[in-house]
Formats: sequence, structure tokens, C-alpha cells
Amino acid sequence: MVVVCHTVVRRIGGCRTVGLSRPTADGNWLVDLNVAYLEMPEPLIFSKDLCKTFNGLKAVDGISLRMSRGECFGILGPNGAGKTSTVRMIYGFSPVSSGTLKVFGMDIQKHARLIKAKSGVCQQENNLDPDLTVFQNLVTFASYFDIPRANARQRASELLRFMRLEHKEHAKILELSGGMQRRLVIARALINKPELLILDEPTTGLDPQSRHQVWARLAELKAQGLGILLTTHYMEEAAHLCDRLVIMDHGRILVEGGPLDLIHQNVGVNVIEVESPSESLLKFVKESDLDHEELSHRLLIYTRDGETLFGKISEGFCDRGCSLRMATLEDVFLKLTGRELRD
Amino acid sequence: MAVREMNWLPQISPRFCRILQRNSQVLRRTWMISFLPPILEPVLYLLAFGAGLGLLVREISYRGEPVSYVAYIAPALIAINIMYNAFFENTFASYVRMYYQKTYDAIMATPLNLDEIITGEIVWGAVKSLIATILMMAVISFFRLLVYPQALLIVPLAFLGGLVFGSVAMCFTALVPQIEVFNFPIFLFITPMFLFSGTFFPLETLPHWAQVLAQVLPLTHLVALVRALAMGKLEGQLLLSLLYLFFFSAGTFILAIVLMRRRLII
Ligand SMILES: Nc1ncnc2c1ncn2[C@@H]1O[C@H](COP(=O)(O)OP(=O)(O)O)[C@@H](O)[C@H]1O
Ligand SMILES: [Mg+2]
Repeated sequence: MVVVCHTVVRRIGGCRTVGLSRPTADGNWLVDLNVAYLEMPEPLIFSKDLCKTFNGLKAVDGISLRMSRGECFGILGPNGAGKTSTVRMIYGFSPVSSGTLKVFGMDIQKHARLIKAKSGVCQQENNLDPDLTVFQNLVTFASYFDIPRANARQRASELLRFMRLEHKEHAKILELSGGMQRRLVIARALINKPELLILDEPTTGLDPQSRHQVWARLAELKAQGLGILLTTHYMEEAAHLCDRLVIMDHGRILVEGGPLDLIHQNVGVNVIEVESPSESLLKFVKESDLDHEELSHRLLIYTRDGETLFGKISEGFCDRGCSLRMATLEDVFLKLTGRELRD
Repeated sequence: MAVREMNWLPQISPRFCRILQRNSQVLRRTWMISFLPPILEPVLYLLAFGAGLGLLVREISYRGEPVSYVAYIAPALIAINIMYNAFFENTFASYVRMYYQKTYDAIMATPLNLDEIITGEIVWGAVKSLIATILMMAVISFFRLLVYPQALLIVPLAFLGGLVFGSVAMCFTALVPQIEVFNFPIFLFITPMFLFSGTFFPLETLPHWAQVLAQVLPLTHLVALVRALAMGKLEGQLLLSLLYLFFFSAGTFILAIVLMRRRLII
């Protein structure tokens, strides 16, 4: 009798069991679980000590990160932090200077074409094709992915509807508002049904209405299980969309975690803001060893127990210009990256 | 992805045809503007040179036989047209797509690589040369200045010529810091070729050193080939011109890709 060995792959609770199996006498397959092993779900993006150097300038300086499928992962940082340089390596646009970078488990330097075929990218600048109409932009982009024309047209119509752009199908690009262009760029990035969507500052420069419109669409995509990698310097955007994020500056990761965890770990729960703090208050803050930041004419006190402390401070030290609020991601961001201007 | 230390040979798959599709889609809207010059220009030139200059220079000697001046310059007009179409497509038009519209950036995030984008652009320039040549030949045929069927070979030759000048143009596009700088290659490369490649007067009238120099210019060889085909006078020596154009385009094509990688893959 010929014994055929097969590798069977079964899904058990999201993990894959791989084992040897052999046919039994009654024609069934017997899976030999003794040799089966559990495979960790493979990360969508994995990088270790990733660096990017531009003529001696380290734009990205040793970044290690891991993003899972279905996750929305944020890269936050001020201008020049190295966000764009990082994602440009991830979508295979810019060669890696040193370190490891794997996307879909594949080495970016060896399999760039395959990785690009499975990703959707929304670059920082709107680079829609102004020589073509809205609809042609999508269909032509689909051709770069070898999507047959009939499929492409159907997909383009679906995406225009999804992005609320169906009424602009035949418009020229320059007739679109900034928000519409951005939505079209996102639609274009979805044309190949990507498994990973990379967005470099998707809402920078948009008005609040457009921004919320984009957020709503991205939230929908996230709910469908699409992995989204997002760079931004809007804290609200990150807090709103990201499951996990890193804050980076000068090419390095400063902290990593969920938005709420980061707030709690780095600044606590509440912030007490005091306008023109008195000498006695400053002295009290220093003596009590409170986590605080002194700005010109303003004092910020970070605390876990806002109510009690606020009562104490507002009674004893200030009569006006004293307020208590929830800590935000912006507090974390400014505390970690500093307050000096970047451009 | 092309990495710098990686080998310099272009990595090209048939995907570059997607660029041709994209560009031809745009051309469908603007073809009137693009192809009016190749139809009108020969008429103007032939009128000016035929009726004007032609009265002064009635005949000119070509390979020991007298030919009319218009018959002498008509093939040169075709060759110049081949040069112009590819050169301007792959300088100004390509630069606009690369630099202002960021079209290459967008496409580089898809399965096409830069080598294929550049190949597509250069081949597109050659296709434009080819279409313009067919249109121009149709017009010139009305003046009975082309000998058929030999002249039909000018059509594939136009494609090769387009590759020559498109590749050179792409090298400049990879090098210029801003669009105005194209005036230099036009002034130093295109205009001298326009005048001194055996276009409007035979090379033999030039001093010896200039004749030697002219042999380096690709347009000289293109003009020689087009003229021979137009007059139906093929001869073995033309094979050298053909080889020169072939190797010239291969060399500049690879150079264009290497320079473009240096500019865009950072
Ligand atoms: N092509 C380049 N050549 C030289 N320096 C660059 C280039 N691109 C980015 N940089 C530099 O790298 C640093 C990080 O830039 P970038 O990744 O664009 O930051 P971010 O997207 O976070 O604003 C900046 O100092 C920027 O000036
Ligand atoms: Mg950026």
C-alpha cells in the first residue's frame, strides 16, 4: 500500500494547526496531532532596528514594531519625526538602509512587487492623475494591478459610492475639493482589495467636516477587518481610530501602546491647568513632588486623582484661571516631544 | 525594488504596457493638439523651402544625382519630426508627470517598478513619433515626394528613432533640477542637430572636422536612413547607420533608467 502523507491546515481559534495526516483504511484522514504545532498568527508588519539614512542624516533610527492583522496602528510624531520615511520603506517605495522589515511575512527587499500587489497606499501628497477623470483614475489605477477592465469598472463604481463620490464620477481632478481628493485617493488605494491599507497623514489640511467623513469611512473599513497603518499628527485622529500606536520623534519610537494606556502611563488621568500660577503654588507643587510642567504663564499638573488635588489647589492657591480636565493624547504627545516649533 | 548596489540592468516585465495604456487614454482627449503640428508643419516647410528657397536652390546633388530641393528636405522633415515628438514627450511631458503631477510616485506604490514606468514612457515617446510619422508621410505623399513601397520602412524606423531621442530625453529629465533647464539640451543638442545633420544641406559642404563630428549625432544617421528610404535608394552602408541608432538607443535607454533610479529611488 502506498502511504501518502499530507500536510493539513486547520483553523482552531484563529491559530493554524499544521500536522501530518494519513489516510485510514475506511477512507478518512487521520490527523496526527502529535506532530502538529501551533503557529503564531503572522504579523502584517514586522520591523526590527529599521533605519533610513539620507546622506548621513538618520531620518529613521532603529524602529522595531509589530502590527497584527485587523489592527489599526498609528504612527504619531511632529513634522520631521520620520513618519513618512518609515512608511515609505514599508510600502516598498524607498530602500531600507539597515535592519529587518517584513510585510505579510515577506522580506520587503526581495518581494516588493508581491507586497505592493496586496497593499493599498495613500501617500502624503495627493497624487491623483489630473490628466484623467475621477472614474478613469480608479480604472487606470486598477490596470496597474492587472485587474480586468470589467471588474475594475464595477469596483470603481462601488468605491465611489462608498466614498460618497458617485456624483463626481466624470469630474476632473482639479474640480474636486481637498476633502474629495483625499477620499478619492483612499478609494484608489482600495481598488485592489488590499489586505493592508497605509495612510500617510490622511486628513492633514482638511476641514472638520471632511475629516470626520474620512474617519467614518476608515472606521467602517476597520470594522470589516482591514489592517490600517496610519501616520498623523492629529491626536484626536489617533485616539479615535487607532487600537495601538507609537509616538516617534527624531527617528526613534518614544512610547508604544493603546491610546488610553499611553495617557494613563504618561500623564495620569487628569490635568489641572493654572493660569499665571502664584509662587506659593509653584512651591507647593515642587514640595509635593507632583508631576508637572511649567510653561510661560501657565502650569500643568498631571495627576491620577484630579478631584481631591483640584479641590486643594483651587481653595488654597488660586482664585481664578484654574481648571480641571481629562488628560488627552495631546498631553502625552507634547510632554514627550516637547513644545518647541518644528518647521 | 531596485536597490543601488543591485545590478544596473533594467528589470522589466510586460507590465510597462500599462503606462502606454494610461498615456494613450490621455491622448484620446488631446490628440488634435498633439498631431496637428506633424500635419501642418511639413506643408509650411515645403511651401517655404519649395516656393521660397527652392527658387534659389532648385536642385541639389544626392549620391551623384540631381534631386529637387523639396525632395531633398522632405525626408529630413520627417526625421526631425521623429526627433521632436519623442524628445519633447520625454522631456517636458514626462517631467510634468514625474515632478508636478507625481504620477510616477503613485504608480511606484503599485506592482509596477520604476524601470517599467520609465520604459513605458520611452516606448510611448516612440509610439508618438511613429503616429506623427504616419500622419506626416500621408501629407508628404500628396506632394509625390516619397517612393513606395520602400518608404513604408520609414514607419518602423520612426519607432527606433523615437527610442533614440526619447531615451536621450529621459536622461535629461532625470538630471534637470527644474523644467526651465531643458533649454540647455535644446540649445546645445537639438538645435545643432536640426541644422547640421545633413538636414537642409549635404554634410559634404561642411569642413572635414565638422563632418566627423556630425557622424556622432544620431540625427545624421536617422536623416540618412529616412532619405534613402524616401527616395527608394537602399544601400549596404546604411546598415552602419542603423546599427549606430540601435546601439545609441540601447546605451541611452540603460543610462536613462540608471539616472532615474538615482533621482527617484531614495
Ligand atoms: N528625500 C530626502 N532627502 C533628505 N532628507 C530627507 C528626505 N526625506 C526626508 N528627509 C528628512 O528626514 C527627516 C524625516 O522626514 P519625514 O520622514 O518626512 O518626517 P515626517 O513624515 O514625520 O514629517 C526630516 O528631517 C526630513 O528633512
Ligand atoms: Mg510626513
